[in-house]
Amino acid sequence: MLRLEGVTKRYRVGTFGSRELVAVRDVSLEVRPGEVVALIGQSGSGKSTIGRMVLRLTSVSGGTISFDGTDVAGLKGARLRAYYGHVQGVFQDPFSSYNPVFKADRTLELVRETYFPRLGERPWRDKVEASLAAVRLDPGQVLGKYPHQLSGGQLQRLLVARALLLDIRLLVADEIISMLDASTRIDVLNLLGDLKARGLGILFITHDLSLGNYLSDTAVILHRGEVVETGPAEQVFARPVHPYTRSLLASVPQLHHKWERTGHGSWEPAGEGA
Amino acid sequence: MSLRVDNLKVWYRTLRGEVRALDGVSFTIADGELVGLAGESGCGKSTLGKSLIRLDGRMRHVDGSVELDGKELPIGDSERMNGFRFKEVSIIPQYAMSAMNPTRKIGLLVAELLASRGERPAAVRDELLRRLALVGLEPEVLDRYPIELSGGMKQRMVMVISTLLNPSLLIADEVTSALDVSTQKAVAETLVELRDRNVVKSTIFITHDLSLVYQIADSIIVMYAGRLAERAPTDALVGSPRHPYTRMLLAALPEVGVRFADQRLEGIAGSPPSLLNPPAGCRFRDRCPLAVARCAEQPPFVEVAPDHYVACWKAS
Repeated sequence: MLRLEGVTKRYRVGTFGSRELVAVRDVSLEVRPGEVVALIGQSGSGKSTIGRMVLRLTSVSGGTISFDGTDVAGLKGARLRAYYGHVQGVFQDPFSSYNPVFKADRTLELVRETYFPRLGERPWRDKVEASLAAVRLDPGQVLGKYPHQLSGGQLQRLLVARALLLDIRLLVADEIISMLDASTRIDVLNLLGDLKARGLGILFITHDLSLGNYLSDTAVILHRGEVVETGPAEQVFARPVHPYTRSLLASVPQLHHKWERTGHGSWEPAGEGA
Repeated sequence: MSLRVDNLKVWYRTLRGEVRALDGVSFTIADGELVGLAGESGCGKSTLGKSLIRLDGRMRHVDGSVELDGKELPIGDSERMNGFRFKEVSIIPQYAMSAMNPTRKIGLLVAELLASRGERPAAVRDELLRRLALVGLEPEVLDRYPIELSGGMKQRMVMVISTLLNPSLLIADEVTSALDVSTQKAVAETLVELRDRNVVKSTIFITHDLSLVYQIADSIIVMYAGRLAERAPTDALVGSPRHPYTRMLLAALPEVGVRFADQRLEGIAGSPPSLLNPPAGCRFRDRCPLAVARCAEQPPFVEVAPDHYVACWKAS
């Protein structure tokens, strides 16, 4: 379904773009229907850049991203609109994903204007209710409300519901639960699990390894823009091979398992140019 | 006894009335103790941390008292609190990345801060260099502007500044939430080290992340809707939690190795009550599977095992 081949992203940085920063280098991966691929890495690893390239929010500097065999880089007009009918994204901060001066359900109305302009009131409302039911939101509690009247978990689920109004086949979920509380976090994860069972492919971008492992079939570990390890998630988590993956796993705080104290001097070298 | 908080109530003034963010909280922290304060957003944990050092304009000290090392902390009186801030009580703020004045070189910023508290910067200089080494920073950072440091370096610099005058009580408010796992671990371990080296006597580590606080805290306090739900030594709280909220919260945490396909974890249905006009009785009862008629009455925070306190009728 979605295939990345040798994808690279270069940015021009410094005075007059004199230096080049490679944010993503030669990344290849594939997301099949009903598959959750976790893209795991620390900040600056390029994981969000990959998500943004898939969503066409950033251009690709090298390599190709194809969906059902079509290179997405050249899509324009009606064909781009059709692409967004299949591929949608949800991002980290639900509060900044909404325009605070409009009611939250305007985000659903905009989908109607673009994709279902001729759909009648009644069938549209059924469609909205069906997608709200899929994310377990009570229409009475969310429709007609402003973003500040809803919780982060509700807003985030509403964004997933928006994506579900379309006949989407791939969801790019970029850190969608890291801003949520533990008690609602798991609800959103379970929701993604249910959608996966219905055949949705998910590119799950996260820095949290335990969350990545809960849901995903395939894990892709990124370090400074490059894939350092990839494989079935269970295997990568149980028997990490690359030293970077190992050190990352050792730093994850877990219940019932205390860190081995490394003492000071364990500071990672500071990120380049941060 | 380093810190004693007794029936502390701090409310926020809003146009629609007073929000009871902290509504009758009592606990003590021993010398050398590192206490984790955990709870979800809006439970009052940050309000508690802030009230121990500075009430902002919207916050009102309604009732209760705070005692540090046998002296009463005048938390409602910002002027008198100046005598305690930095020297007795210090905070690492939530947004440490943006806590430093961007127009000053860091060395000058530290010197000005010391002068404002009546300390001679030259007298503290050697100690400052030792502390920088402790967190792995070069002395040259003092000649740099905050913008020249990476996020993790700024975080460490703020930790050094906050603890420079060896405060008795250090409040660390969500200091790790914006960091990568490896930096997070280093920050958490540094907090333990500051305590082990007697730089600070006791620490309150405020976080929403129970698995992180489990790594470093001696004991954990769980808050819910402005009140304390449970407090226990770390292993007891995680190993044998008594409050239904603590149990459900722990059960909702995915761990490395737990997978959706094998074991579906459950969240906690519903949401916390509004603190504008909170319902009487136990505030968790609407979401609690064990709730009974008696829960309409506020359960006391009682000791059910040594050092293990719970506010729940069903647990005691």
